[in-house]
Amino acid sequence: MNQSPEPNDESTGLPGLRRWRSVYLVVAGIFVVWVVLLTVLTESYS
Amino acid sequence: MNGLDYLVLLGVLVGIAAYGMWATRGRGDLRGYLQGGNTHWLTIGLSVMATQASAITFLSTPGQGYESGLGFVQNYFGAPLALILIAAVFLPIYRKLNVYTAYEYLGKRFDRKTRLLGAGLFLVQRGLGAGITIYAPAIVLSTVMGWRLDATIICSGLLVIAYTVSGGSPAVNLTQKYQIGVIFVGMIAAFFVLLAKLPAGLGLGDALAVAGGFHKLEAVDFSLNPDRRYTVWSGVLGGMFLALSYFGTDQSQVQRYLTGASLRESRLGLMFNAVFKIPMQFFILLLGALVFVFYQFERPPVFFNQAAWHQAAAHGAGGKLRALEADFNAAHADKQRHVNAWLAARHAGDPAAAAAERTAALAAHARTEAARDVTRTVLKAADPKALANDSDYVFVTFILDHLPHGLIGLLVAAFFAATFSSKAGELNALGSTTVVDVYRHVVRCDATDAHYVAASKWFTALWGFFAIGFALFCNLAENLIQATNIIGSIFYGVVLGLFLVAFFLRWVSGTAVFWAAVVSQVLVFVLYATLSISYLWYNVIGCGACMLLGVLIQAALPARQESTA
Repeated sequence: MNQSPEPNDESTGLPGLRRWRSVYLVVAGIFVVWVVLLTVLTESYS
Repeated sequence: MNGLDYLVLLGVLVGIAAYGMWATRGRGDLRGYLQGGNTHWLTIGLSVMATQASAITFLSTPGQGYESGLGFVQNYFGAPLALILIAAVFLPIYRKLNVYTAYEYLGKRFDRKTRLLGAGLFLVQRGLGAGITIYAPAIVLSTVMGWRLDATIICSGLLVIAYTVSGGSPAVNLTQKYQIGVIFVGMIAAFFVLLAKLPAGLGLGDALAVAGGFHKLEAVDFSLNPDRRYTVWSGVLGGMFLALSYFGTDQSQVQRYLTGASLRESRLGLMFNAVFKIPMQFFILLLGALVFVFYQFERPPVFFNQAAWHQAAAHGAGGKLRALEADFNAAHADKQRHVNAWLAARHAGDPAAAAAERTAALAAHARTEAARDVTRTVLKAADPKALANDSDYVFVTFILDHLPHGLIGLLVAAFFAATFSSKAGELNALGSTTVVDVYRHVVRCDATDAHYVAASKWFTALWGFFAIGFALFCNLAENLIQATNIIGSIFYGVVLGLFLVAFFLRWVSGTAVFWAAVVSQVLVFVLYATLSISYLWYNVIGCGACMLLGVLIQAALPARQESTA
């Protein structure tokens, strides 16, 4: 629309995480860990 | 606040604003002004975080932690999942089409009226939101500092307008990076001072035990009751829809990550927020819960908005209020005695005595809360316009009463920095959307780049003055952060529905989705006025209704009508 479209950059540039799918899985995993830790906190002090 | 505090406050705020204007001078073309470009992922990540985390976050959220505990953190459970979806689906499309605003995409995919509807819904809800963004901290800070409310709103509003109009998107991104730095330093410093101020011998473990004993550490609730405001389910589902809509379709956020030097930089900026959003909110809520613990050993005021209390006391309610204060103080002293005995029993390894003392402390706590409730009623009777909720005043009262000078100035600067960072992002987006989706698209289609840059500056300034005007006449009874989220939830669901139809239901045309969005928005207004469910569910309802009606209307239409704008 305003400039030529850029190529779809698939490189993450992150060591050990070559594909974006891997990055998303790690981020989702961190979210799950947070929920588990908060559940443990809730159970420990309720 | 003393001279040192004012020096720190003004030095931080004016210094960052002046540097932002100086460093981004001379960005003449429209793309440079609206997008900047070549922004590093960390700057994008901090900028996205700073745009969302307004002063309301840092003033009101600790008050939520103090009052209700950690449960509010569940509101953010949907954010990581939403950010992953945006990075994987929304972002590549925006960047491929090289759009300035998210609503340009609606025009490309559907038609002119749908683009204008999306832009219009954004302008209405974000315009109102910008007013609250500047009003919320101003009402709290002016009350506790004794400043004039109108002067606080106007001075802070004009400073933001100055650098946002001058430097555009690059200035917003640059200043946000330093502003969020000031905020982090201030909040972490407050955390350590708070720990140091706890009674001698009371470690973090004891502090958590006290907080947990008063139900302040109940972070997750797996209840299926839809009437409960914060549950894991409303957080994951409703929160995901809210975050999808906010981060994926709200121009104040889209504009932040479209400044990335590449798709990679934009994606990493979003993933930064997906990882750190929940811990950040948890930390701020925990700060509030620890302030609650602190006030178990240090007597708090019966009502944290002391200015409102003194005003009512001076105008006829003094007798009742002082009697209630005496009740509160007696109940608090009783509670303090039982809390100390509870901790002593805990240290002595006597669980039966600890449980008995904890029960007695909870009973005394109920008496303090009863005194606070009656105080609210008396204050409301003395002045019906008075705010009955004092939770927004908890953290700032703690700061002013218990932090050392210099650090007080830094914390107050952090509150204003948070206001500036989110307000600048909002004004930048409001100006861009008005020019790109309305002015350039409908009013003046063939002007020069320089003309549109000048128009962007004018519209940004106009939205800034509108926000100041709205803030000057605003009066909110709700907890401030909830008021912001409620306004967002009323509009966001339908806007998200427009975008999800655009991305995933390729056979649905502009006419079908346009009328589906109009009907769905009316439906959300009606439901909000008649139901008492958690506001997060309106994101799901608005989005679901828009998508379902879009499909049904499309099926009823004789043939697909295609046009682009």
